[in-house]
Amino acid sequence: MSLWSKHAIFEKNSLVLLIGILIVVAIGGLVEIGPLFYLKSTIETVEGVRPYTPLELAGRNIYVREGCYLCHSQMIRSLRDEVERYGHYSVAAESKYDHPFQWGSKRTGPDIARIGGKYSDDWQRGHLNNPRSVVPGSVMPRYGFLENAPLDFTHIQDDMKVLRIEGVPYSDDMIAKAKDDLKAQLGDETTVADLAKRYPKVVGHVSNGANGPTEQDALVAYLQMLGTTVDFKLYNEKANWR
Amino acid sequence: MVDHTHQDIDAATGTPTTGHEWDGIKELNTPLPRWWLWLFYACIVWAFGYWIFYPAIPLPGGHTPGILGWTSRGAVNADVQDLVRQRAEFVSKIEKASLQEISADPKLAEFARAYGRSAFGNNCAPCHGSGGQGAVGYPNLAGDRWLWGGSLDQIAATITHGARSGDPEGHDPTGAAGMPAWSKMGLSSQQIEEVAAYVASLVNPTNADVSAGQKIFAENCAACHGENAKGNAEMGAPDLTSKSKWLYGSDKATIVETVANGRAGQMPAWGAKLDPATIKSLAIFVHSLGGGK
Repeated sequence: MSLWSKHAIFEKNSLVLLIGILIVVAIGGLVEIGPLFYLKSTIETVEGVRPYTPLELAGRNIYVREGCYLCHSQMIRSLRDEVERYGHYSVAAESKYDHPFQWGSKRTGPDIARIGGKYSDDWQRGHLNNPRSVVPGSVMPRYGFLENAPLDFTHIQDDMKVLRIEGVPYSDDMIAKAKDDLKAQLGDETTVADLAKRYPKVVGHVSNGANGPTEQDALVAYLQMLGTTVDFKLYNEKANWR
Repeated sequence: MVDHTHQDIDAATGTPTTGHEWDGIKELNTPLPRWWLWLFYACIVWAFGYWIFYPAIPLPGGHTPGILGWTSRGAVNADVQDLVRQRAEFVSKIEKASLQEISADPKLAEFARAYGRSAFGNNCAPCHGSGGQGAVGYPNLAGDRWLWGGSLDQIAATITHGARSGDPEGHDPTGAAGMPAWSKMGLSSQQIEEVAAYVASLVNPTNADVSAGQKIFAENCAACHGENAKGNAEMGAPDLTSKSKWLYGSDKATIVETVANGRAGQMPAWGAKLDPATIKSLAIFVHSLGGGK
């Protein structure tokens, strides 16, 4: 009974009550969030994940700008129908260089976590210009205005520097070469092969712009790399079950 | 403040009060409905069950696994394995049988078509259409025109390795065998008009004189499309005498565009994405769409 009577201290002093609330909420937070930083199963790494190339990064910025995440998720859930349709379920480490991640929670369109390489560049361009031209029942808006919009990549190096602060391992070399690398991905086999030294598994694309890269080039480069860097044949699934 | 020593009974309702009082207004301590209270206790007991059976409590060295050993990843794997088991009877037969053997066995062919149809809807329909009817730039699979051949084996090879896909075993891996841009290969726009008029006349006969175009065709185009313009599946050169829908269009304006700027459609290589049984089933399904040879 004596403990109950102490309750009056909290009820009558708002500052004490505030501190009491903070302590209680902090306990809940620590128990739920703290373990995520040391439990092995939540900090697994997978092989192959690499930072985005400058062109892919520019495309990703357009993806975010246009709000694609509002209709497309990038997270294949661990459910049978999802794995059957989209491929291996997503693991957290695959989006470790995403700031912010694009997992999404709404699917008006399909999940696109592993869309890369599934369709040709021509298809992606035609589909962006007019989704109905290839998918008659589609409700996706047209993004034809990206086709000839010149890509503004004056700040691509700043983007990379900020991401480096957030933990993406962009080297000084990568940042210094960013603008050339961006164009190199739209170049020929030699420039793409050189780019692949810094960004493994990079795929080159053909620009549709008469005067330099377009926003569509960047977005297509981004879409075509989604889910292509990790080889799940090498992934030890059982070691990471949880 | 709760005063548990003095039960104060509200006169009007006969219900005890909590003892709280503000300016003469007291708070009734109405008991919770019994059913609700028991449900609440039951939920607490249920939660303890979760702690015991499922992964729950984070500890310094890991988390408690729960006596069921359940994991979300293990669960989906078990679900997928279950599916594999259900399909195993037919899938293992499809893996072993040749495409010809599959299509000769009615039961197996029926399964392959159904299996192929679902894979087609997911992977192929975005370009080739839900019924395989194709679209501008994406071949019609239900017709009788085949760029890279319409036999079962040819279809399976095209699905596995693609065309201009980067796969060295695919069709035209270097992109050199695509339709060249003849405006950059020495044909004048006058010549392109003439040859386009000739090609258009192959499907839409006209009384106009197309002999000039015919001569240009024989000199430049016949190497791939053949003397008689019947095409060549080895080169991915289409049959230009076919009356079924053309890939980019058979009107003269489109032909001019094709001849002048060239074409090089891509087909992705699916060998790394889909397993052999799925690819075989897709070949059987596509072959059954109406145009298989």
